[in-house]
Amino acid sequence: MAERRLALDPLHQVQHRSREIPLKLELRGITKRFGDLVANDHIDITVEPGEVHALLGENGAGKSTLMNQLYGLLQPDEGQIVVNDEPKVFRSPRDAIASGIGMVHQHFMLVPVFTVAENIALGAENVRGGPLGWLDRRRARREVIETSKRFGLPVDPDALIEDLPVGAQQRVEIVKALTRDVDLLILDEPTAVLTPQETDELLAVMRSLTEMGKSIVFITHKLKEVKKIADRITVIRRGQVVGTASPDTSEDELAALMVGRAVSLEVDKTPAEPGRAVLQVKGLIVDDDRGIRAVDGVDLEVRAGEVLGIAGVQGNGQTELVEAVMGLREVRAGTVELDSENLAGLSTKRILRSGVGYVPEDRSHDGVVKEFSVAENLILDMYDSTPFGNAIRLDTSRIASNAKERVAQFDIRCQSADTAVGTLSGGNQQKVVIAREMSRPLKLFIASQPTRGVDVGSIEFIHGQIVHERDQGTAVLVVSSELDEVVNLADRIAVMYRGRILAIVSPDTPREAIGLLMAGVTSEPAAVAPVEEDAPVEEAAAEEEAGGAGEEGTK
Amino acid sequence: MTAEATTEAPREPEQKPAERETLLTAFQRNLWASNGVTVTTLSIFLAVVIGAVLIVLSDSAVLAKFAYFTARPGDALGSSWDLISAAYSDLLKGAFGDPEAISAWFSGTGSWQDALGPISETLTYAAPLVFTGLSVALAFRGGLFNIGAQGQAVLGAVTAGVAGFSFGLPIGLNLVIALIVGALGGALWGFLPGLLKARTGAHEVITTIMLNYTAALFLSWLVIQQGIQQPGRSDAISKAVDSSAQLPSFGGALRVHLGIVIAVLVTAGVAWLLNRSAFGFELRAVGANPHAARTAGISVAKTYALLMAVAGGLAGLGGATQVLGTAHALTPAVAGNIGFDGLLVALLGRNRPWGTLFAALLFGALRAGGNRMQSYSGISLELVTVLQALIVIFIAAPALVKAIFRLRTARAAGQSASPAKG
Repeated sequence: MAERRLALDPLHQVQHRSREIPLKLELRGITKRFGDLVANDHIDITVEPGEVHALLGENGAGKSTLMNQLYGLLQPDEGQIVVNDEPKVFRSPRDAIASGIGMVHQHFMLVPVFTVAENIALGAENVRGGPLGWLDRRRARREVIETSKRFGLPVDPDALIEDLPVGAQQRVEIVKALTRDVDLLILDEPTAVLTPQETDELLAVMRSLTEMGKSIVFITHKLKEVKKIADRITVIRRGQVVGTASPDTSEDELAALMVGRAVSLEVDKTPAEPGRAVLQVKGLIVDDDRGIRAVDGVDLEVRAGEVLGIAGVQGNGQTELVEAVMGLREVRAGTVELDSENLAGLSTKRILRSGVGYVPEDRSHDGVVKEFSVAENLILDMYDSTPFGNAIRLDTSRIASNAKERVAQFDIRCQSADTAVGTLSGGNQQKVVIAREMSRPLKLFIASQPTRGVDVGSIEFIHGQIVHERDQGTAVLVVSSELDEVVNLADRIAVMYRGRILAIVSPDTPREAIGLLMAGVTSEPAAVAPVEEDAPVEEAAAEEEAGGAGEEGTK
Repeated sequence: MTAEATTEAPREPEQKPAERETLLTAFQRNLWASNGVTVTTLSIFLAVVIGAVLIVLSDSAVLAKFAYFTARPGDALGSSWDLISAAYSDLLKGAFGDPEAISAWFSGTGSWQDALGPISETLTYAAPLVFTGLSVALAFRGGLFNIGAQGQAVLGAVTAGVAGFSFGLPIGLNLVIALIVGALGGALWGFLPGLLKARTGAHEVITTIMLNYTAALFLSWLVIQQGIQQPGRSDAISKAVDSSAQLPSFGGALRVHLGIVIAVLVTAGVAWLLNRSAFGFELRAVGANPHAARTAGISVAKTYALLMAVAGGLAGLGGATQVLGTAHALTPAVAGNIGFDGLLVALLGRNRPWGTLFAALLFGALRAGGNRMQSYSGISLELVTVLQALIVIFIAAPALVKAIFRLRTARAAGQSASPAKG
């Protein structure tokens, strides 16, 4: 620690800047076992200086385990970590940082009530006057500003973390790693929590960091981003390197490498045959937890046999809209009608029982009870009605046989139906939720973020199930912050921005146009938010599109 | 599939050994794994060891021998051993029976009362603890920390006691009514904080603690009121419960009464409620993840209120057992400490119904044995309290037990403890 603090001293700054030794990293035969599970099986990877090396693999493939060994959080059972031709043993992240390796975790390691500068100083505090001395906040601040200027990463050193949007928090994490003077940065699923715009910003940051000689290990399962940014791609499956690829490899090929079989990224579906209007929302007004208007006069209609997709950047009222429909949030004004029956004011149980299936957006928070078995989770909202039981008792044999059926039908990978759901992978947990909600006759199926944190193989399956439900004449409402998902699934797309539906467009609308709508850009020039400077033509086209669609949406 | 690889690893081997594994190998594998049973057993063992040290430390005669330990270590060790073994054997004899008395009974020279007395004492002490333990355990499974078992037990004792000497119903019916009224009294005292929690979000720990005081002071006030107080007595004691409302004891000379049988039946009932009933499903879902429960249409507020009423009813039954089975009259201390001991019993029983029953039996045994240890070996009854506390401390800190005995981390735990994600 002492030398590192010295290195950050202004006196030594010159010396430390001239220390632009590019870092070459080699992992040789890394093997890690957890009991009988081989999480990493003789993995060899070389990261050249100044490259973005993408580590591609499904959830549970062993990417994070590998990186945790590289960062000193876990120790490999076999194999070597070689930095600049020198074998290293990392007992803790401190060792890794000392060798120039930094990591930004998927779940940020920040203290919400501390300022940016305090968070960045945390763990490497400048202390004056011995171990019980006082913190040198001023110097911490100065360092933050310096680093953020040097790398072009704007952060406000005095802002509280809890007030910052996720994208900015991530920048803080990156700045924090960079103040530790690292030359190789591990980014663990950095885009999982970002909006499309924030993702683009992050990719630009990554590019500029590599131009400054830093190398980046980019862990992800998102193929588009990999193709956009990576210089080299290593694909990991079941703890083994199954191939390396160049960014020119097609998405389908990459997906096939990742999953181990050919997968279709497009959703196979026939044109919709919309029937009667099943869900009708009129003038809906809903507040969020803080009492701030989240849904501000939404009119919607979902017809039988169609998928209505709601596109929008997270936090524009989609969550509150769906929760209001489900009776989980108070309806301030407006009506929600299911087949002309008003749902507003009914209990969630009544709404579920009247033929609505609901997949909540936050699976582990709202979707499953992790301690419960697969079988129990499969009846979580039907436990007291036939055939699984009545108001008094449960029919355990019916519950068990139901579980057996659903596990087979929805391809839920678990040892047995008595396994606790918390031990399943994200994709399989999501299949449990979907299986539960689809296993009764439905009029309306609502899925929020149906494939968030789900591996490619399961995404394909879940999308197929949603289309299947639609084809049976169910009205389907899909909310997703992934534009690709909405475009692939929906028959009509409603774009939501700041609590309003800005427009309802067809999925054939150019993506750029939908993207602009998601950023709140409609025909009124006054409302135009800053856009990329390279797209005046598209902007005009989008305005036209949005304007026409906007009329449709508000009529 | 990759997904498969991850889902196969984290299993709960201690509960569900794979089919191809024989029972014996599974047993051996799990013996030193950090599962609940092993940790509980070792916790008890550790508490006994530390208790032994305390026994030695509290005896000045033995301590004096340690002064010349280097010269004659045998003296100090020998007398320590004698003291410890005498104390613990008295504890065991007091809890489960004196082998001499039992063989005397078989050979016809002793009475069966002497032989079975210790067991009777154990069961007598255990019976109310089963109820209060179940009360805490059930509430805990629903995500509520019922500190109020004490107050609920007190109120159960009050209502059961008053019903016991007021109604004068025929034999049998009088007892049933008194028990029901006792359960209802406790249920009311549990329902209040449950309702407050459901309606206003008031934390049940705070409200139940306050209601504990209220109940205790109410009892102290009540027993000296006219019509309640025993005529002709100036101290705080109520009229005696009619004999028709008393829990019948088995054979006059022993204190053990029907309460323990009811306790076992109620344990079975709670086990059914928890695992097989719709309400049990609701409360477990609410306890494990209230958000998911709400999303699935379960009314969390209703579950909380009802659960606290049921938990209160159980504790109330505990108080009723105490007054109808042992005390036979209300005094300010009629419920003793059964509510707070119930917290420990539930913790020791890992909030499972049958586990709670066994934990209550253990606590009853310690209490009964402690009495004998005090009168025969002269070791303070407080040592028993220390033992109980130590057991609970070790159970509450399983990492400590694991570290002391270097237990293998169970595979399931190992997986989730590792920071690895994928």
